[in-house]
Amino acid sequence: MTGNPILDSALVLGGVGLFFGFLIAMANKKFYVWEDPRISEVEELLPNSNCGACGQPGCRAFAEAVVGGKEQPSGCTVMGEEDLADVASYLGVDAGEANKRVARLLCAGGKNEAARNSDYAGLETCKAAASVAGGGKACNWGCLGLADCEDACLLDAIYMNDDLLPVVIPELCTACNDCVVACPKDLFELMPIEQKLIVQCKNLLKGDAAEDLCSVACNTCNRCVADSEPGVIEIIDNLAVINYEKNELTSPKAIERCPTEAIVWVEGQQFKESLIELEKKVV
Amino acid sequence: MKGLPSFKHGVHPPENKDITSGIASKRFPFPKEVILPLSQHIGTPAKALVKAGDHVERGDVIAEAAGFISSTVHATAAGTVKSIELWPHPNGLMVPSIRITVDQSSSQMRRNRMVPRWQDVKDEDLSKEIAKAGIVGLGGAAFPSHVKLCPPEDQPVELLIINGSECEPYLTSDHRVMLEQPEMVYEGIRIELKALGITRCVIGIENNKPDAIEMMRKTRPADLDAKIQPLTVKYPQGAEKMLIKAVMGREVPSGALPSAIGAMVQNVATAANVAAVFQTGHPLIERIMTVSGRGIRRPGNWKIPFGTKLRDVIEHCGGMTDDTVEILFGGPMMGQAISDLDVPVLKGTGGILVLTKDECKRQDILPCIRCGKCLEACPIFLNPQWMKDLAKAERFEELVEEAHLNDCMLCGCCSFICPSNIPLSQYFAMSKTQLRRLPKS
Repeated sequence: MTGNPILDSALVLGGVGLFFGFLIAMANKKFYVWEDPRISEVEELLPNSNCGACGQPGCRAFAEAVVGGKEQPSGCTVMGEEDLADVASYLGVDAGEANKRVARLLCAGGKNEAARNSDYAGLETCKAAASVAGGGKACNWGCLGLADCEDACLLDAIYMNDDLLPVVIPELCTACNDCVVACPKDLFELMPIEQKLIVQCKNLLKGDAAEDLCSVACNTCNRCVADSEPGVIEIIDNLAVINYEKNELTSPKAIERCPTEAIVWVEGQQFKESLIELEKKVV
Repeated sequence: MKGLPSFKHGVHPPENKDITSGIASKRFPFPKEVILPLSQHIGTPAKALVKAGDHVERGDVIAEAAGFISSTVHATAAGTVKSIELWPHPNGLMVPSIRITVDQSSSQMRRNRMVPRWQDVKDEDLSKEIAKAGIVGLGGAAFPSHVKLCPPEDQPVELLIINGSECEPYLTSDHRVMLEQPEMVYEGIRIELKALGITRCVIGIENNKPDAIEMMRKTRPADLDAKIQPLTVKYPQGAEKMLIKAVMGREVPSGALPSAIGAMVQNVATAANVAAVFQTGHPLIERIMTVSGRGIRRPGNWKIPFGTKLRDVIEHCGGMTDDTVEILFGGPMMGQAISDLDVPVLKGTGGILVLTKDECKRQDILPCIRCGKCLEACPIFLNPQWMKDLAKAERFEELVEEAHLNDCMLCGCCSFICPSNIPLSQYFAMSKTQLRRLPKS
């Protein structure tokens, strides 16, 4: 020790610093874990929205799964085709067939179609309304129109139209399941985009009882069942239910004689009349 | 009022009981049709035993209990089963219900039945007889009574508390039961004491019903160990756990049943109906309901058969005034808002309130000013303002684990006291519904 307090402390601290630095350097060598550098690269190519629609806990986990060969790049429903091709060519794998799915609303009874039996005054959310005498809508199963799904959608793929029904924009929807969870009436379902025949009703009543509540309710008339291939549509609990395993047998013929337009053939967006409004919004 | 036992916190809403408290109960005429949902109680819905076209007499079993926590449903009027179909229920949903077209020419006599003397029935069989009669708690929650009368074996009940507090504003049906059928209440108490194998009982009555306290004191049988305990007038004095705190000075632990501290609470009307089962063999098919509020032209206390449609009740009571804005089943603090006039009145319906604009002012919801009044009002010492934030953010894990949502009984004290009109208890009701819906993880 030199006796100079400044020099002493500098030496002691410097020595301690060097010693621990050496320890850390040793630990780094000894406990080194090799990680595929491609994972970080792929992660950068992904949208990094961490939406979870692929079923993985986030984009990093999806990147690991893709590099590890457990998932195909097309498992990410958010990426566009170009980005998909980028990931596929970087890894030299097949991009896989993009299986586009979108959220579909199983109710068409907006404020102009469905009857109301009372006014609801309380918190302006569907969840709150659903816990107070059904929320004021006469139909027990219908959309309450207070936009919980619009709030839940992180990608702005849902907006409320003039009829107070949520409209899903297929181009923006990534089938992330958030709206399905948000809806207290369980009205959203994720469907492959090629499923075009949809019953937009969940009302379990029959005949006039159903139509009294809503002009677009399924009244169990059985016409769609008769007009389609056997086994495609069947009536379960007073409601036409489509067997999507036979999706290739469905045809627009099934909707022709529907007296209430409860069953529809959808190309792209579900509620057509809102397209004009949407264009306005985009402009 | 000082010196009377009570619990801490709570609120005191305007009582409004004078509208109907002086009106003696009358029998309600039989309606043209009764609607009997298979689920009138807490627990599994009952299983229907009749089909369309069947003729039923008043008091016949039409649906049997499906499981232990379930209850039998009886025909409340003689007639023909029209159908079993989905029908609006007071909870706002449509549920399978038995529709009976009432036979207008019937005398509505009940079939004669063989009734065992309750003194001769074995203690443990008493609860079976009560289950057969479809008796549920008439305080509002409609919890099957026979389940209550079979406490867990490791938690013996030592004190029966009879709930005559009726703390909800407007309601006077329990008040009328105590005034009109005190001997039935005492008979019911004897039966319940025998079923539980104990001898002590306390009847808790809020001090705003001096005539009921007087009547119960006057008619008390000398050989019965029953104490009549006047209680501070405060809401929610009639809540099970609050009543126990007031009467015994003990607190029911969080998440436990009252039997954990050796108590059991039964409503006075439930006790009176238990007595009726053994006196006449009649199951639970009607009860005294208060029809009140400033929106009904002819308020009163009526003995209404279950399944009578709300529309018929209002019509018979003179109709609604023009400024009626809301109809509730139950009291204004915890009652269910009704959205459909075709809804039937059920076992749990203690009152029907028709409220005018002046009685339920709709006020704007303002931001929380952190005044802490809700904390001072909550009878179970929760923190409603914090819970509201958690509920809004859907942070359910914290809401249940740390804020103890499951201890909240939705009494509405916090919403009542909030100067910013925040519907706190609606947030909690909503969270409870969501927690039931979400898959348990």
